[in-house]
Amino acid sequence: MSAPTSQSNSLAHYKSGPDFFRLLCWLASAVTVLTLGWIIFKIVESAWPAIHKFGWDFLTSSAWLPNRERFGVFPFIVGTVVSSFVAILMAFPLGLAIAIFLSENFLPAPVRQVIRFVVEMLAAIPSVVYGLWGIFVVIPLSKSFADWMVSVFGGVPIFAGPAYGNSLFTASIVLAIMILPTITAISRNSLSSVPKTLREGAYALGSTRWEAILGVILPSAAPGIVAATILALGRAMGETMAVAMLIGNSSRLSWSIFSPAGTLAGLLANQFGEAQELQVNSLMYAALILIIITLFVNMIGEAVLRYTQHQTAGIR
Amino acid sequence: MPIVDQQMTKQTSPNSNPPVRKDFLAAKDFNFFYGKKQALYDINIEIPERQVTAFIGPSGCGKSTLLRNFNRMNELIEGVRHEGDIRLLGKSIYDKSVEVISLRRSIGMVFQKSNPFPKSIYENVVYGLRISGQSKKSTLDEAVERSLRGAALWEEVKDRLHESALGLSGGQMQRLCIARAIANRPKVLLMDEPCSALDPIATVKVEELIRELKKEFTIVIVTHNMQQATRCSDETAFFYLGKLIEFDRTQKIFSNPSEKQTEDYITGRFG
Ligand SMILES: Nc1ncnc2c1ncn2[C@@H]1O[C@H](COP(=O)(O)OP(=O)(O)OP(=O)(O)O)[C@@H](O)[C@H]1O
Ligand SMILES: [Mg+2]
Repeated sequence: MSAPTSQSNSLAHYKSGPDFFRLLCWLASAVTVLTLGWIIFKIVESAWPAIHKFGWDFLTSSAWLPNRERFGVFPFIVGTVVSSFVAILMAFPLGLAIAIFLSENFLPAPVRQVIRFVVEMLAAIPSVVYGLWGIFVVIPLSKSFADWMVSVFGGVPIFAGPAYGNSLFTASIVLAIMILPTITAISRNSLSSVPKTLREGAYALGSTRWEAILGVILPSAAPGIVAATILALGRAMGETMAVAMLIGNSSRLSWSIFSPAGTLAGLLANQFGEAQELQVNSLMYAALILIIITLFVNMIGEAVLRYTQHQTAGIR
Repeated sequence: MPIVDQQMTKQTSPNSNPPVRKDFLAAKDFNFFYGKKQALYDINIEIPERQVTAFIGPSGCGKSTLLRNFNRMNELIEGVRHEGDIRLLGKSIYDKSVEVISLRRSIGMVFQKSNPFPKSIYENVVYGLRISGQSKKSTLDEAVERSLRGAALWEEVKDRLHESALGLSGGQMQRLCIARAIANRPKVLLMDEPCSALDPIATVKVEELIRELKKEFTIVIVTHNMQQATRCSDETAFFYLGKLIEFDRTQKIFSNPSEKQTEDYITGRFG
């Protein structure tokens, strides 16, 4: 029997193989981590004068007055957070509904294939095109809708008039469309990977289709749906071009979603070209805040994700 | 006539005081197709009330397919077709007046792989009651205790009813699935290899449970384990290549089968 020797030979091969790949993996990971560290270091470094001068006031102050060298980003933080949440509020129900229709067999397979393709194509459209489309198509529509809302619900502060075309509301509509593919694709994926045994269990107990979907399939897919929503939120917060073209870039705080507003990303895009000295430092400070917010959102997301995964562990 | 004889003896047997119905669940000239592929051929079988009927046979012979036709679960698969009839208490389950939802409520099913929902133990048990509109707490509480006792799980979980069902052991999960199925108070309990993923101790528990449950339910169990069939079934049906080869008292099948194919299978010569 010559098997033992040849076996130990091939084992030796296996051993030397991974060493090379392991090195490669280490190298790749190190490059990634170092790049991230370097970016953050550079941002902090160039933001430093502003951090030193304004400290925490930068976060709470509403004055963005380059001529008087006074800078505060509170309205932009609010704008970033609120526009993204409003976008999620609009995109989540729609995205989840589409995901359900795509993962269950309500529609014939070819139709589902087409819808899926179309939704995924939304992700391929460049941001600036969304911005242009927003200006020419969404603004007129959202403006007339907003006017109607103001005339009916104007007494409620968040729907107060006058309604503007370039507004937080308009930006959120376009943002919602932009993040729809993220929500749909990931939710659909986790819905269709709910174990067949769970579906069958629900049907065998006499569930109607909707009872099975709402009572068993959706809860089982919850971790993936949460992940989808958080990734979408992250994407919405960082989105720059389309928002900068639509939101109005105002540093004035307003309760109404129909008023112009500003986001951190939009602020950076708009002002970086002509900024000098302290303004550059302040913009870098704003960039740092944007990074921290998105990191924070992702961390909360991870925590929720882990919690729900822990709850459903063992059924897959 | 032997059929009448059998019915008479069963009526007087100690386990089944009320009269048992010989054709509680029955298939008549039943053919079944997955697309073009025929999986069942001319099945005629009468499953007696409050007895355990075991389905045995080599892999792919159609045991699960027939079982899943009893509660019309196979209709969830696209492109399937059947011929012939299946009757529960003499009434066709394909009758227009029969709603598949209520049919499935009256025929419980336990699967090979336990499939508790990602909910608490309590919510798993009452799932069937909730979807049939029952929400009175006292009724649900009562059903939980009755079903968990019925599934011999009550003592083990009574202090953690509101914890996730996914924290249970494999054997406990399977008994929870049995509790969930009997909470609906079904007429029939279908079990497709309910012990194949369990260790020997958990298997013994489930087998004891099956013998206990037959006082109340008509049970059909698919098994690959010959000892299990002899231990807990009264009747045994042997299937081969989509056909019902032999159906008789379990004792008879395992001691003196009429068909050569049955004998070859139970003595391990093929399958
Ligand atoms: N969803 C399906 N689509 C197409 N063919 C199927 C499907 N399910 C089962 N079959 C076929 O039908 C036949 C019977 O399958 P079935 O699952 O009923 O066998 P079984 O006796 O339960 O086998 P096992 O002991 O392995 O569980 C097999 O030939 C199988 O390939
Ligand atoms: Mg099977």
